[in-house]
Amino acid sequence: MLAVERLGVTIGSAALLDGVDAAIAPGRVTAIVGPNGAGKSTLLACLAGLRTPDRGQALLDGQPLASLGATARARRIGYLPQDAPLHWNIAVRALIALGRFPHGDARSDLGRLAIDRALTKLDLHPFADRLAATLSGGERARAMLARVLAGEPDWILADEPLAALDIAHRYALMAHLRAVAARGVGVLLVAHDIALAAAYADDALLLHGGRLVAAGPVTDVLTPDRLGPVFGVAFEQVQTATGPMLVSLSDSR
Amino acid sequence: MSRPARLALLALGVLLAFALALIAGKVWVPLWGLAAGDPRGVIMMELRLPRALLALTVGAGLGLSGAALQGYTRNPLADPAILGISALAALGAVGAIFLGFGLSIGVVAACAMAGAALAVLLLAALAGRSASAVAFVLAGTVLSSLAGALIALLITLSPNPFATSEIMSWLMGALTDRGWLELEIAAPLVAAGSALLLTQARALDALTLGEAVARSLGVDLRRLQGVLALALALIVGGSVAVTGIVGFVGLIVPHLLRPLFGAEPSRLLLPSALGGALLVLVADSLVRLVPGAGELRLGVAMALIGAPFFFMLLARYRREIV
Repeated sequence: MLAVERLGVTIGSAALLDGVDAAIAPGRVTAIVGPNGAGKSTLLACLAGLRTPDRGQALLDGQPLASLGATARARRIGYLPQDAPLHWNIAVRALIALGRFPHGDARSDLGRLAIDRALTKLDLHPFADRLAATLSGGERARAMLARVLAGEPDWILADEPLAALDIAHRYALMAHLRAVAARGVGVLLVAHDIALAAAYADDALLLHGGRLVAAGPVTDVLTPDRLGPVFGVAFEQVQTATGPMLVSLSDSR
Repeated sequence: MSRPARLALLALGVLLAFALALIAGKVWVPLWGLAAGDPRGVIMMELRLPRALLALTVGAGLGLSGAALQGYTRNPLADPAILGISALAALGAVGAIFLGFGLSIGVVAACAMAGAALAVLLLAALAGRSASAVAFVLAGTVLSSLAGALIALLITLSPNPFATSEIMSWLMGALTDRGWLELEIAAPLVAAGSALLLTQARALDALTLGEAVARSLGVDLRRLQGVLALALALIVGGSVAVTGIVGFVGLIVPHLLRPLFGAEPSRLLLPSALGGALLVLVADSLVRLVPGAGELRLGVAMALIGAPFFFMLLARYRREIV
């Protein structure tokens, strides 16, 4: 179980996170939802070990995350940032091999097998020897996810992984994340696309102004009643052929 | 061609360049068949051999430093000189010459290394807690400018024409008249620094996807910065102490080898060491072959070869770099 206790992060006098208590379950996709500045990425950064909270702590299976070494943490928690830079034009296989860094075995048989499994899961074998800069946006997003999968972590933290993708690739990437969660991995992602989060996530954390407003199954959290006051926009649940769908109404006045 | 085959070819090139460095010069010395007592034997053993070994050492160290720095800063234009370590090492040596220790290699070397070490400490202080590559490079730029100004000041204030000419001549960088003593000073420092750099190869790879991903993968950026700084002080301080500033090696060699060995920083370190050795060996042989009594300064020759070449690379890779 990945959890945070009374988590607080401040910069100067501004509280980015304030007394957040939350637990994320393995084998499920959890979406962090909230307006800009709600503290979504900060929460993710605390869990990824990128930021030390000023108050409270993050816990991995009941153990403080801070007490875990950086390598031990990295083996269990994979981090997929929003549009990571690609500073060197390396081969796709080499890019994915970076996921084995915490294990230090990218060039051994064990590591190669894990890299191959990641290539297979995301249908990237045809691209393995291509240079990463030649990939399209959607292919690159898959390669970046494969990099995280190659580390075979128990938890995947994804910061707005859908931002640069068109709608078809968003659906595809969410389907990949669902498949990963189905194998027991806990997936936590920051999502700006609330409708997509409602459709694909199991649970949601609703943040507003650094505080946790609601947490639980998406059907309980991502409702027009809860979302409206947080975003200052009216939401409506509409029935479609494939089930209920959340839509926002551009003008709430 | 496989990577081991390319590495072997590069190593063969270094071997050939080393042989060239032994035989080429105002006096051509055959590699074998010299009679005992032939004065050319002395030229070979006491002048050419230590000089070639020094070229090998300094070239390998500078090539490796350049590759590691480019990996660390994720900037194909990075080089030991950009971090200001060369400049401060030079300032230390110039200070020693200014104070009249120009003929005492030991003092000049110690001051150059002190300068390099000071550069490292100042970099750590200036770059601060952020440990970001940009802060590091900016701090290096500040150091380079400051060291350049102080060197100019020392030249202006220099007590006599002899010291001025010593400083100018040393600043231009050369392997001329360097012997076993200089090799004994530089080789252990460069070797120790290189060994340290090679331990950080994988951490440099992890930086390919930026600092956040590297940290999430378990890279300790502050430790990486500290180890790199120490290694560079050893390599660049040790090299500058005995040769003066020889530029462009760390800048050009990784560029040339990237198409052959791939852009992954870890895969570029060893080839860049070999490439740096090859480049400096060949360049130092060529400077001895210019017509006339004297020789071209190695630092000048490297700049003459390096600057247009680098300009060409810039033009070719412009789109990728920006």
